[in-house]
Amino acid sequence: MTVATDLDTKVELTDERKPRSRLAAIGRFARRNPLGAAGAVVIIVMVVVAVFADFIAPYNPVVNAFDRMHEPPSLENWLGTDQYGRDVFSRVVYGSRTALLVGFASSFVGATFGLVLGVASAYFGGKIDLIFQRILDVFMAFPLIIMALAVIAIFGTGAQNVIIAITIPFIPRCARVVRSSALAIRELPYIDAARANGFSHSRIILRHMVPNVMAPFLIMITAFVGQAILLEASLSYLGLGVQEPTPAWGLMLQGGAEEYAESAPWIAVFPGIAISLAVFGFSLFGDALRDELDPRLRSQ
Amino acid sequence: MNPSKYLRAVSIVAVGAAVALGFSGVPAQAAPKQGGILNFVVPDEPPSWDGHRETTFALIHPFAPFYSLLIKANPDNPSSPTDFVCDLCTEMPTPTDEGKTYTFKIKQGVKFHDGTPLTAHDIVASFRKIIFPPEGTTSARLAYFVMVESVSAADDHTVVFKLKYPSGAFIPALATPYNFIYSKAKLEKDFRWYETNVMGSGPFKFVTREAGAYVRGERNKDFHVAGQPYLDGFEAIFSNKQAVQVQAIRGDRAAIQFRGFPPKSTEDLVNALGKDITVQESDWNCVLLFTPNHKKKPFDDVRVRRALTLAVDRWGGSKSLSRIAIVKAVGGVAFPGHPLAATKAELEQLPGYWPDINKSRAEAKRLLQEAGVPELKFVLWNRAVDQPYTIVGTWLIDQWRQIGVTVEQKMEPTGPFYARLRSAEFDVTVDFNCQSVVNPLLDIGKFLSEDIGNESYGAYVDRDLDKIFDTMNRTPDEAEQRELMRQFEKRVLDEQAHSFVTLWWNRIVPHRSYVKGWKISPSHYLNQDLANVWLDK
Repeated sequence: MTVATDLDTKVELTDERKPRSRLAAIGRFARRNPLGAAGAVVIIVMVVVAVFADFIAPYNPVVNAFDRMHEPPSLENWLGTDQYGRDVFSRVVYGSRTALLVGFASSFVGATFGLVLGVASAYFGGKIDLIFQRILDVFMAFPLIIMALAVIAIFGTGAQNVIIAITIPFIPRCARVVRSSALAIRELPYIDAARANGFSHSRIILRHMVPNVMAPFLIMITAFVGQAILLEASLSYLGLGVQEPTPAWGLMLQGGAEEYAESAPWIAVFPGIAISLAVFGFSLFGDALRDELDPRLRSQ
Repeated sequence: MNPSKYLRAVSIVAVGAAVALGFSGVPAQAAPKQGGILNFVVPDEPPSWDGHRETTFALIHPFAPFYSLLIKANPDNPSSPTDFVCDLCTEMPTPTDEGKTYTFKIKQGVKFHDGTPLTAHDIVASFRKIIFPPEGTTSARLAYFVMVESVSAADDHTVVFKLKYPSGAFIPALATPYNFIYSKAKLEKDFRWYETNVMGSGPFKFVTREAGAYVRGERNKDFHVAGQPYLDGFEAIFSNKQAVQVQAIRGDRAAIQFRGFPPKSTEDLVNALGKDITVQESDWNCVLLFTPNHKKKPFDDVRVRRALTLAVDRWGGSKSLSRIAIVKAVGGVAFPGHPLAATKAELEQLPGYWPDINKSRAEAKRLLQEAGVPELKFVLWNRAVDQPYTIVGTWLIDQWRQIGVTVEQKMEPTGPFYARLRSAEFDVTVDFNCQSVVNPLLDIGKFLSEDIGNESYGAYVDRDLDKIFDTMNRTPDEAEQRELMRQFEKRVLDEQAHSFVTLWWNRIVPHRSYVKGWKISPSHYLNQDLANVWLDK
């Protein structure tokens, strides 16, 4: 539609929205959620550090250097050295890889399984839903760490098994949240229409329901990453996670860090700060994302 | 002066003073006092409760106080490899039949904790379980008694051991603190009863055990040594975290951890507690090994096994690791310093002990190349105990990294770790040879073929090696023994590369000064029945 004015100008009226600049969207997000933006910055820094660890870390994190044992922070070793003479800064840098690998892998896999199971449970309803929810109740009756410990006891230690151990308890938690959203969607007319058109169950679930529960799914993922990092650190601290000499923050807190807590506190302090920052960052970002994606919270 | 250096100097002086105090013994030994509960920390839990089956301090420390032995190391002189005293016998026997028969007279009136009498038949049943275990059961010290032909009871209070040949290794083997005397009736009822139950005749009666937490014992008022034990009871607290163990002593939640601490922890305790801490130090008849599984490829290839030992810089490791771990001495298969042990010059002829580590590692790389595994990768299984397992395991991985070998370390608690060793489900494992009485002739039984040495986990059979062991134990000539020991050592560490010694341990036990009557020995297994321990509070 074109409107002519006296000034001989033409104004184009269109139903199409102007494409929003991503940068502007990020700016708006940062203005509305400054804490969330701070969390996002922490996450980005962590990802960059993890990806470019080979270039950022000044030393190989697993190489022993007994001539530099227990060195305090200095220009040569920014965060000092541990009982094997290994550079703490380099281990913290490489430790971010372990944290992110375990965090993202277990969160994505756990949340994705939870998503599919939660939506399917809501979609089928009836006895299937009832039985499935009771099974989830059993899993959810155990605290995360207990469940993870049980899984580690079965599969053993190591990075892969830690991912499995953290993934399993995430599945029911995500499934429960996603199901509640999917229950509402199931009743919407377009799902009925899809059924009436004879679409298969998998098509209805994957093409029509799953995309509409992405908001809680994404929120769960961000929340899970922080939890997974903390859980990985806890398991490693207990000696049940990744093992020496793999650089991992939780592992850096045990053994020598405890033994030398008084005489060489930097061995424990810096990985501790790294864990706190990472978990804090993901928590802030997760909260902000929830606020952003949940229309009720956004209107407030 | 840098304050930290100043503090370090003060610490060293303080530790030195404390060690000196420990070595000087108890000045003007006071009369033991009755009463009190001894709390001590045990850094691990045992896989089972059967002393005949197990080889770990985790069993000895909490469970030895419940049992009597036939003979034991003299608690007043536990460092001596030859000073043994009777526990259940009345006097140390003089061998007859040209050194082939030992007759022990047994104390009368000794009772098990359930009130049943302990007789020669119980002792015979116990030693038959150790020396002639039925198929399907495990006796960890089978190889110690290769010289024994029979054990029998002449009457209710006489036990007779008949040997195949005279052996100076027999009496030390008998004094092994794992040789708990069990009830014949219990064994007849269920041969494996003692794996999960306790019933002995020792100075303390079993009260309770909380898995993962503690074992408690109370004074046995009917103990067969008059006046002993002095303590009302004990609580063995399980904690595998060294920091927790140190803090337990520092906070007086526990008085001692009998296994030992590394120098730094000792220094911290001395700095914090001053005269309230006494430090005792000793060499340690204990060594960490690493053992490849001969049945797994590529470790069935001797070149690969040799490469692994060639990569390890033991001389450098001794200097570094002794600062952070309870290891120190470089040695071969025999206890360093013993007349049968290799000298430094002899050691330097063996792979892995060469003075030039670069040459050694170059040879290791060449062997791996030749064996077709230049970029070898494997899993190193290790026991989830801080000292010294984790530290030495991590150090080994760094040593192997320097010849291009990539190793992932997997740690397991003691129970699963032993199960893995016994089922040979590993590529390479950290292993150990910890013995009680210093007796290299038998201590090296660890390296024998898998079907002879029940503690041998490398899954190999080497009859030539077994033959050298047998010949060495039969000859009374020390020079010949020494020569045979060199052959044995060369075969194990070099020619066949069966299993490898890392570093020998160094025992430092800082304890609350009010703990009296306990003396350190070169073994954390010896002198642990607590009968003569008392509290000066």
